[in-house]
Amino acid sequence: MVEFKKGGTLMATQTQRRISTHESKSVTLLLIGVALGYLMLFLGLPLVAVFVEAFKKGWGLYWAALQEPDAWSAIELTLIVTAIAVPANLVFGVAAAWAIAKFEFKGKSLLITLIDLPFAVSPVVSGLIYVLLFGAQGWFGPWLQAHDIKLIFAVPGIVLATIFVTFPFIARELIPLMQAQGKEEEEAAVSLGASGWQTFWRVTLPNIKWGLLYGVILCNARAMGEFGAVSVVSGHIRGMTNTMPLHVEILYNEYNFVAAFAVASLLALLALATLLVKSLVEWQAKRSGEPLHHGA
Amino acid sequence: MSRFKAHSVLPGFNLALGFTLTYLSLIVLIPLSALFFKTATLGWGGFWEVATGERVLASLRVTFVTSFVAAVANAFFGLVVAWVLVRYTFPGKRIVDALVDLPFALPTAVAGIVLATLYAPNGWLGQYFAAHDIKVAYTPLGIVVALTFIGLPFVVRTVQPVLADVEAEVEEAAASLGAGRWDVFRRVIFPAVYPALLTGFALAFARAIGEYGSVIFIAGNMPYISEIAPLLIVAKLEQYDYAGATAIAVLMLLISFALLLGINGLQWWSSRRGVR
Repeated sequence: MVEFKKGGTLMATQTQRRISTHESKSVTLLLIGVALGYLMLFLGLPLVAVFVEAFKKGWGLYWAALQEPDAWSAIELTLIVTAIAVPANLVFGVAAAWAIAKFEFKGKSLLITLIDLPFAVSPVVSGLIYVLLFGAQGWFGPWLQAHDIKLIFAVPGIVLATIFVTFPFIARELIPLMQAQGKEEEEAAVSLGASGWQTFWRVTLPNIKWGLLYGVILCNARAMGEFGAVSVVSGHIRGMTNTMPLHVEILYNEYNFVAAFAVASLLALLALATLLVKSLVEWQAKRSGEPLHHGA
Repeated sequence: MSRFKAHSVLPGFNLALGFTLTYLSLIVLIPLSALFFKTATLGWGGFWEVATGERVLASLRVTFVTSFVAAVANAFFGLVVAWVLVRYTFPGKRIVDALVDLPFALPTAVAGIVLATLYAPNGWLGQYFAAHDIKVAYTPLGIVVALTFIGLPFVVRTVQPVLADVEAEVEEAAASLGAGRWDVFRRVIFPAVYPALLTGFALAFARAIGEYGSVIFIAGNMPYISEIAPLLIVAKLEQYDYAGATAIAVLMLLISFALLLGINGLQWWSSRRGVR
């Protein structure tokens, strides 16, 4: 997480600090204890509890819960939605970062602010805006009904809401990265006769690959796990418009805790995989000297 | 074109910016503007009536108070966690460091059901509270627990890099001039990390205000007591009261923006004082 820095000098000053300025041993232990206790209580324990609850009644019931047709269709829908939302936001992120980082134009900082806007909006409101546009009483509602097109309480609405909540992830990763890298390398490629696409594929992409992957991982985790926005536009039709998080909710509200936690355990595994790949990417990026932007 | 954009030898500006603006408008700007047009159909009187409704005011109070308490808890403990991760070494530190981002990666619904189960009166943690007659799940306290979980990474991740950048020389100078460890922290280190701490606090606070998935399972959702504003929006939507739902959404957005502006102002003011 520590942003990439002058390794050698940091080490040297750190050892010096140990000698001249350091907390007493008891204070150190107390602080470590408080920090680890806090993280255990709020992160470690919930994570363990997900799996304990899922396996409470044994492997048999766990597998049975995951083999339910409704669980399968929820998994399928989540994968479909993610497979549309992440590539869409990836193309957008690259285009936005190319325009913003490689060119000077008016209104650039306003554009950057607007790209971050979806992060400032409550997930519930992110769903609400599409209901206002495409719902039965919405702006385009009557027209859509007349043409027998269903967006809200159907899969397209879920896709739209997911795209909205994951909108900034890849762009905000790439923009600072490409701004920091400047445009000299691309300019050199173009002046040597490379076409725009060749320049992008051979010069820009290798420089931003870790940042791109980093953004994609975060975007993917949020797309698969989004609840509030999707909940508003989904209509909760079992086996049809239920994503995995929505399916967890339904099972939980039916007091089918083992099944709820079984599906939840898959999402928890996804979260763990996300954290693992994220750490690996951070490590790789540090090694190759490509600074990552750790936007929270 | 030339006045709008500086000259460049690189190609693709029109395509990239054109696509960016179209996509941004279609996905974000036009849908968000629907929020304000819909509210406008209520007129000022109608908006005011919704905004000052007793249940709406109660839900806003619950939302902002619990979000504030959770963000304060995270500001304090987040600073301790960041400090420990930057300054000390201990076995398993890399795993702990990676785990801090769990709330970003774990779907909110999963967090919601597991926290509700842990803090229910018969849950692993809830039973100890119940023994002292404290109810956590299904009360505003439960909401604070969920929002603390959701906001946990923000302060740690904003403070961590700044804390790592504090020059050891300055600390040594202060110590050699006779300052105790606590004085060094209070006078040297804390002022340096204070703006980052405030930013992390603001991010955690803003995230908590909009949070829905993790809260609804543990909140109990009693109107006037433990009903958060985003849930009231959903409730109004389910009754097909679109205008009412929209009015609450706009109200929430306005209050959040005002708060964030205020915090940004505070930050600007404190960083200027730091420079002088």
